Amino acid sequence: MKPDSLPFIFISACLINNFVLIMFLGICPFLGVSGRRDTALRMGVAVIFVMVICSMCTCGINYVLDHPKINAPYLKLMCYIVVIASAVQLVEMFIKKTSPALFKALGIYLPLITTNCAILALALFQTSKGYNLVQSLVYAVAAGLGFTLALVIMSGIREELDLADVPDVIRGTGLALMLAGILSLAFMGFAGLGG
Amino acid sequence: MPENAKHAPSDMDTFLRGLWEENPVFVMVLGTCPTMAVSNTVMNCFAMGLAATFVLVMSSALVAMFRNVIPNQVRIATFIVIIATFVTIVDYAIQAISLELYASLGAFIQLIVVNCIILGRAEAYASKNTVWKSTLDALGMGLGFTIALLSLGTIREVLGSGTFLGFPLFGPHFEPWALMILPPGGFFVLGGWLLIFSWWRARAARKTARRAQQEQGVVAG
Repeated sequence: MKPDSLPFIFISACLINNFVLIMFLGICPFLGVSGRRDTALRMGVAVIFVMVICSMCTCGINYVLDHPKINAPYLKLMCYIVVIASAVQLVEMFIKKTSPALFKALGIYLPLITTNCAILALALFQTSKGYNLVQSLVYAVAAGLGFTLALVIMSGIREELDLADVPDVIRGTGLALMLAGILSLAFMGFAGLGG
Repeated sequence: MPENAKHAPSDMDTFLRGLWEENPVFVMVLGTCPTMAVSNTVMNCFAMGLAATFVLVMSSALVAMFRNVIPNQVRIATFIVIIATFVTIVDYAIQAISLELYASLGAFIQLIVVNCIILGRAEAYASKNTVWKSTLDALGMGLGFTIALLSLGTIREVLGSGTFLGFPLFGPHFEPWALMILPPGGFFVLGGWLLIFSWWRARAARKTARRAQQEQGVVAG
């Protein structure tokens, strides 16, 4: 497959270069919201939504700032982060209005999507890879799906873990990181996929 | 520690707190993404630690300087724009100093913008304290972050490629434990450190509990 064909972009962003388990992006929500499966799933959907909006906006920002008349690449980083912050605000208002229960379950992690490195990294990567609008859209959806996949798998394991007899000292973030390491090992098996 | 230190922390305490007591990575588990992503060589750790410390100190000082001017409703947005400005400076500086280093750190230089440690310090400390205190606090936190990075990076580079700062350590027959420089190694080493710290803390708590019990026994006896 060609490296810039749509199926390749999809598989690469979703599995081979999974944002959480291979690229270490968005570890904070990965550890914070992966306690219960339904919360994890909804957090994933919120992240996909923010990712798609930001990816579209990034295309626009790049088009404007790379325009020969303006030519201000040093403003890119600031523009991205402002757009991301506003998009998160939008999602936050939407969720608060439609589902107060979900709003409570996500808690502090909802506004923290702003400082989720996965979102800014998506904007940076699609810029450095020079994707066009359609490719960016596929990339954003795939990256979001990969994030959701990792989150849901992790929450499944942690729900089971609550029933297991684990020594008190090991309980907590250290154990979660060890589990993530094993998952990451599994995801490395996808490396040969897509040729 | 003098008795009054608890009421008004001295400059030294403000500085040292970030290094150990409230170490951003090991105690507060913040900024884990860059910690694991760039810690596969010691050189990367140095560069990342320095870059993050610079951004942390400069943005904390600026936020503290303008803390009475920034309206409360838009403070987060203001902090992020301040941080993004300094990150852009660092980004261009590293690109000018060493292209090789820039390539190996990749997008993680620009991702300093969304490092929770920096925004966290701006929100929790710099927006409420004087410029001098905030600078000291930021310096301590930055050094704490650098130390955490180095303690991960040293283990990963020595085990994963058998070198330290690029110098071979074990001679030609060493079979490197390649897993350590791959992504799972980052999770395992940080997880291991956190487990060691929580074991150590649990042990200390047990000791103080036992001592308190003994003292009670003495009083009762």
